Amino acid sequence: MTPYLLASSLTEPVGVRHFLVVGAFLFICGVVCMATKRNALGILMGIELVLNGANLNFIAFGSPYLRQASESIGLDGQLMSLFVIVLAAAEAAVALAIALNFYNSFNTIDVDRADQLQG
Amino acid sequence: MDRIPLLLLVAWLLPLVSFAIIAIGYSVPQFFGIRVRYSTQKYGAYISVAAIVAACVLSMTAMFWCWLPNNPLKSSEEHEGHAEHTAMASPASVGEHTPFKLVAQEKSEPSDSAATATEPTETERTAAGSNAPPTSLTGDWYVLGQFGNLRLTIGYYIDTLTVTMFCMVSFIASCVHIYATGYMHDELEDYVDHEVHLPNHEHLHRRGRFHRFFQFLSLFSFSMLGICISGNLAMTFVFWELVGISSYFLIGFYIERHSASTAANKAFIVNRVGDFGMLIGLMMIWTTLGTFNFGDMKDADGTVHPGIFSQLRLKQNNYELAPADGMIAFEARAQVAEVVRNGGDDAAVKNLITNLRNDTNAHWGQWALLIAGVGLFCGCMGKSAQFPLHVWLPDAMEGPTPVSALVHSATMVAAGVFLVGRIYPMLSPEALLVVATIGCITLILAASIALTAVDIKRVLAYSTISQLGFMMLALGLGGWVAGLFHLITHAFFKSLLFLCSGSVIHAVHTNDMRQMGGLRHKMPITAYTMLAGCLAIAGIGIPFVFGFSGFHSKDAIVEQAIHFARTNGGTHPWMWLYVVIPLIGAALTSFYMFRLWYMTFAGSPRDPHKYDHAHESPPVMANVLIVLSIFAVCAGWSLSWVGPGVLKNFGVESLLEQARPIGILGNKPGVLLSTLVIPDEHASHATAVKVPAGVSAILVALAGVLGATIVYLWESISAASLRRSMSLLYAATWNKWWFDELYDYLFVRPTHLIAAFIARVLDRGIIDGIIHSLAYIVRGFAQVVGIGGDRYVIDNAVDTFAEKTWDLGLSLRSLQTGRLRQYVMFIVVGMIVLFIVASLLVKFAVAG
Repeated sequence: MTPYLLASSLTEPVGVRHFLVVGAFLFICGVVCMATKRNALGILMGIELVLNGANLNFIAFGSPYLRQASESIGLDGQLMSLFVIVLAAAEAAVALAIALNFYNSFNTIDVDRADQLQG
Repeated sequence: MDRIPLLLLVAWLLPLVSFAIIAIGYSVPQFFGIRVRYSTQKYGAYISVAAIVAACVLSMTAMFWCWLPNNPLKSSEEHEGHAEHTAMASPASVGEHTPFKLVAQEKSEPSDSAATATEPTETERTAAGSNAPPTSLTGDWYVLGQFGNLRLTIGYYIDTLTVTMFCMVSFIASCVHIYATGYMHDELEDYVDHEVHLPNHEHLHRRGRFHRFFQFLSLFSFSMLGICISGNLAMTFVFWELVGISSYFLIGFYIERHSASTAANKAFIVNRVGDFGMLIGLMMIWTTLGTFNFGDMKDADGTVHPGIFSQLRLKQNNYELAPADGMIAFEARAQVAEVVRNGGDDAAVKNLITNLRNDTNAHWGQWALLIAGVGLFCGCMGKSAQFPLHVWLPDAMEGPTPVSALVHSATMVAAGVFLVGRIYPMLSPEALLVVATIGCITLILAASIALTAVDIKRVLAYSTISQLGFMMLALGLGGWVAGLFHLITHAFFKSLLFLCSGSVIHAVHTNDMRQMGGLRHKMPITAYTMLAGCLAIAGIGIPFVFGFSGFHSKDAIVEQAIHFARTNGGTHPWMWLYVVIPLIGAALTSFYMFRLWYMTFAGSPRDPHKYDHAHESPPVMANVLIVLSIFAVCAGWSLSWVGPGVLKNFGVESLLEQARPIGILGNKPGVLLSTLVIPDEHASHATAVKVPAGVSAILVALAGVLGATIVYLWESISAASLRRSMSLLYAATWNKWWFDELYDYLFVRPTHLIAAFIARVLDRGIIDGIIHSLAYIVRGFAQVVGIGGDRYVIDNAVDTFAEKTWDLGLSLRSLQTGRLRQYVMFIVVGMIVLFIVASLLVKFAVAG
């Protein structure tokens, strides 16, 4: 069954698995973005993608419609992703402040130049 | 009738309170370096004086109580023959926190020995047997501890002897306290001790310590009163030692003077020698009798625990002294063990003891009795300065004169005589003979030394020893009242004499009588009060008409001595020595006392410079002398000639008669020395004894006075020529019969030699050698461990661990590149690896 997992997904109604696939895709995109971009802003974007991929997973698992599970009140996943969004905003603010300071010091935001942390 | 114990308890504790107040209020600040001002030091003296005067008033109240017709201590068997038996009142509530309550000695039925109004014949009296116990109050105030049967308590045994002693001690202590406020005045400012020479050729300057003197005086009075009131031998021993330590403090009051500190040590150490014997006596009593109580004690459930006296003098024995069962069992340990080994029970042991007791040839238990009695007497020998332990007392003159007065009259030396009087019922005739012999030797020895002494205080010191010998002699010859009566009268006139000598020393600043003379013009009060004291101690009086206090008491002693010699002289003619020696001693007493008086007060001044500076003492001292001289004159009087009635009891002698211990009346034949008889004291008042005694006593006293007058006042015979004609005797007495030298060669030097030997060989050679080699071994071992164990094993382990940690850190360092994108790659790769590992684990480990 496993080799046909993706193929069978196309024929099934939209469920948790579809969300997971999209989330995983977003996550991979984010990670790749983080690993390849030399621009600090690019890395920030990658982080946003990773977070949103994770958010999708939270929403999918937390949704009673998707899981057809009645025991959940259905809001925990959404609440979690709301927290993540808020935290992402805060993190973005901090990261942008770092990037700004870094630029002021080095006249660039190329993260490969930021190897001061090397041991 | 618990009032008398309560009164005496308060009287006893007041000096302790004063001691505590002074100790806390003055000495504690001093300990922290705060100096007490001289104006404040004065209050310490006031507290002390107030305490002892209050104690004196309370004791006097108790004594007047005893003179009342229905007093609680009324003799159950009075001298005049009134066989009154007032029932003792109910147990008091004084000791309600203890299981022991007040219990009166059981009343005896009227015994026929009471009938002494008419002169009974010798046989009648012997047949009459012994007297019943005197009425006494006994009880416990506080239990110090209980170990099995051994019960250590603070208790009391009060009879009229206790009350009399309380009055005497507190009265004389009051006089001495008041006198000392004047005498010790020097101590109220910075004191220059002219007898201490510092290395820089200056005299010692120190702070005055007025309050300290009174602090120790209070402790001294408290300790002595404690001995008087104590209800058991253990408590007596405690206060015995307290008296010793307070005398140590006071004799060594001028501690910076080498002579004073040596004298204090000497007094303390010589007393320890006597106390060793006392401890043996205590152990013997505890082992054989199982109690230390003098009197009977009734505990909460009403069982009566018999004390020492009633165990040794059983009622069914007619109060005759007999060894207790414990003493026989102690001596017959082997037989008792044999019986027990053969399976004998208590009854069998009891039977054995009864058989042994009935074996009249073997005298079972007598030796235990003798050891107990003589052991306790050893302690008394130390305290009362009896030969051969008399050497400390003359040296005790190094203390301030008020201390000498107190030590020599009321407190320290009186304790020994008092204890002999207290334990009298347990002294066997043989032990009494020991007491008498020691007393006899002491009195003649000390009197002879006093003849040649030139230090005014030393003359008095030797006269004290001599008079104590008289007391011991009287007690030993059976004169219980005579001995204790002399103790009381002697206390009055001897304290008077000492305080007078203090007044003289205060005036002329020397102790040497050769520098005095003619002082009666300068200090009349001191001179004539001292004359009264000299007349009293010499025993001057007109027989049957008038006498100074010493006349009455010395008369009683001589009567008893003559009576003793008449009783025993038939079989042992040498026992007349017990008459001859006291008479010679009495002659010597009056000789040296008047020699002292003439050398000090009569004639012309020998040292004009000192004479010019002499002055009468301040009123606070002179008034005390006058009060004491009144007592020295009339302390021996009794009002028995007034006739029956309230006044009949009035007087020291009849007060003491009420306390006459259990079972000592009647002739007491010895057991070990079967020919020895301790005679009945009452019989010594028979006319056949009284007249020769009175006449001979007054004749020898007058002879002594006459001799002194010839040599020292009229100077018909010059003292120097006498000295030359009896040079050997003079040398002997001048050197105090070489006792100090003898003890130096016998004890001090051997001790030093042994100590030096031990120090050199044992201590330095063996013990130091062992310790040094131990130290070397330990050091060597430590070096081995230090190099081998510490440096190689432990240091290496720690170092290696540190190096490896360092290397690991260095190698991990290369991972930290500082490149963000690389870090992201690490995260991703790491995550993937984790996933793989996790899925493999799930597949193989969990899912199987």
